Amino acid sequence: MEKILDIKDLHVSFVTYGGEVQAVRGVNLELYKGETLAIVGESGCGKSVTANSIMRLIPSPPGRIKKGSIHFKGEDMTKLSNKQVRKIRGVDISMIFQDPMTALNPTLTIGNQLTEGLKQHRKISSKQANDQAIDMLNLVGIPNPDERMKQYPHQFSGGMRQRIVIAMALICEPELLIADEPTTALDVTIQAQILQLFQKIQRETGVSIILITHDLGVVAKIASRIAVMYAGKVIETGTRQEIFYRPNHPYTQGLLNSVPRLDQKGEKLIPIVGTPPDLFSPPQGCPFTARCPKAMEVCSRVYPFQTELSETHAVDCWLQDERAKKYIAST
Amino acid sequence: MAAYIMKRFVLMVVTVLIIATLTFFLMNLLPGSPLNEERTTNESVQQNLEAHFNLDEPLIVQYVLYLKSIATFDFGPSIKQPTETVNSLLGRGFPISAELGIWTILTAVVSGITLGVFAALRHNGIIDYIAMTIAVLGISVPNFVLATMLIQELAVNRGIFPAATWNSPAHMVLPILALATGPMAIIARLTRSSMLETLTQDYIKTARAKGLSPVKVIVKHALKNALMPVVTILGTLMAGILTGTFVIEKIFAIPGMGKYFVQSINQRDYPVIMGTTVFYSVFLVFMLFLVDIAYGLLDPRIKLHEKGDG
Repeated sequence: MEKILDIKDLHVSFVTYGGEVQAVRGVNLELYKGETLAIVGESGCGKSVTANSIMRLIPSPPGRIKKGSIHFKGEDMTKLSNKQVRKIRGVDISMIFQDPMTALNPTLTIGNQLTEGLKQHRKISSKQANDQAIDMLNLVGIPNPDERMKQYPHQFSGGMRQRIVIAMALICEPELLIADEPTTALDVTIQAQILQLFQKIQRETGVSIILITHDLGVVAKIASRIAVMYAGKVIETGTRQEIFYRPNHPYTQGLLNSVPRLDQKGEKLIPIVGTPPDLFSPPQGCPFTARCPKAMEVCSRVYPFQTELSETHAVDCWLQDERAKKYIAST
Repeated sequence: MAAYIMKRFVLMVVTVLIIATLTFFLMNLLPGSPLNEERTTNESVQQNLEAHFNLDEPLIVQYVLYLKSIATFDFGPSIKQPTETVNSLLGRGFPISAELGIWTILTAVVSGITLGVFAALRHNGIIDYIAMTIAVLGISVPNFVLATMLIQELAVNRGIFPAATWNSPAHMVLPILALATGPMAIIARLTRSSMLETLTQDYIKTARAKGLSPVKVIVKHALKNALMPVVTILGTLMAGILTGTFVIEKIFAIPGMGKYFVQSINQRDYPVIMGTTVFYSVFLVFMLFLVDIAYGLLDPRIKLHEKGDG
């Protein structure tokens, strides 16, 4: 399979009055054509910052990509000029944001907002752009697109707006779609519809999707691969089956334990105790040590090496390291 | 839309009527009358004059006569300047005042918005600090102080611009500058804070994520939303500029309406007081109406019509 995105050792920091927040601390990720990668983790773990870095949408200042590379189709996004990045934004990589109620400009018509990307990047007439926008609205399931084009965002419901946001993101036929919590602001029935829409679009256009979420239910539904992030690092990656049925990192296990399940009636949910570490001064060892029920002495001193459990499954945890295993066995 | 305009029109008429009524009675509360002067006039001449200007009628009759004059927009002759009618005074003074006012508004709006936008884009940068220093100075220094300073420095000391009167574009620079600085400062500060807030909105991020150029993001997506509060305050600013013209016209010896307005009150020249007041209020009320229309055009969420199709 063709690799379209390759993030290596990405470090992103925000300089604030209180000091430097190390939001992303050495993320490695890759994405293959046509797959859906879910990045999961709790608030502040760096998943959105990672996604925004891909598009170079980190507000700067205060944000800065300190180190690392983001190769998209062979080109390093971190090294491109602003002008070159603008030619990629919206055309090759598109983004969908969390809240459809605020993601659309209230003073411009839907048609205007849909076609402006097309007009910016392709040499086409207004008529053609309009036709394409109407096709797109049809694809995302908006009835009466001709009429709807002339309306303003406040004339649409939340679910409809998210469909429009998706149509807007897809209009230039991007190869990569980054969806930053696309369903968080929607109610559950609309969530299901939007997720189905993602699947339909992927079938029809072959677009690769990066899905950022903290909702494991969403992940279970559409992700093919999952990356679990904690305190600015990817601590475990694997296919959906591997993460859901053979989670190896204690944090991943904790996350799954805190999700209600329909097949286990009456059991209490087990929360992860404690809070994530302060990213002003992240701990030198594994950041999860303080909350980890299986923490060892080594955990707080040295960050674990990555252990590959299968071709697709990798985890950053001392428990899986051969040396630690031997040591545990000997004592 | 037509229904809305009709409704607004009725409201405007009522507003002007209230202003006219208040002015009329306040004016009559003032001690003295236009015919009351130091030199003693012959009793019968006095009576004849009063009868000529209907000043011998009961107040309520005078009031009705005034209302009639408003309705026909013919305020009759000036009492103090017998060769002039109120309408001829307005006809002569208003174009000059309007010229001053319109240029002032334009200067204030264009420079204020520009200053505010650049300050917001370079938030906490050197441009921001310079712009906001100018703005604070502009708000704090009254226009008559600024006017005299400008005359002293640019007209008397350096001789770049003429010091007074209203004959050529060069004559217009100093009065417009003096009058526009205050409103400009207010607009600049408002634009800056509103722009800063707008720039953090999600739809700005969406626009950037589409690969639009920074200019397009700012002008098309941010500015239109950021200008909402500016449009709101424009009505108040216009009233301020209107009254500001009185002072500025006086300082720069500009033959606008302000002179007649102030003079008429000092001389109790009743027809001129009423005429200028009604004229000014009609003008201001109409400007506020335009501001409301502009508001609706900027933000589609504000509905100008009562029962629309949504």
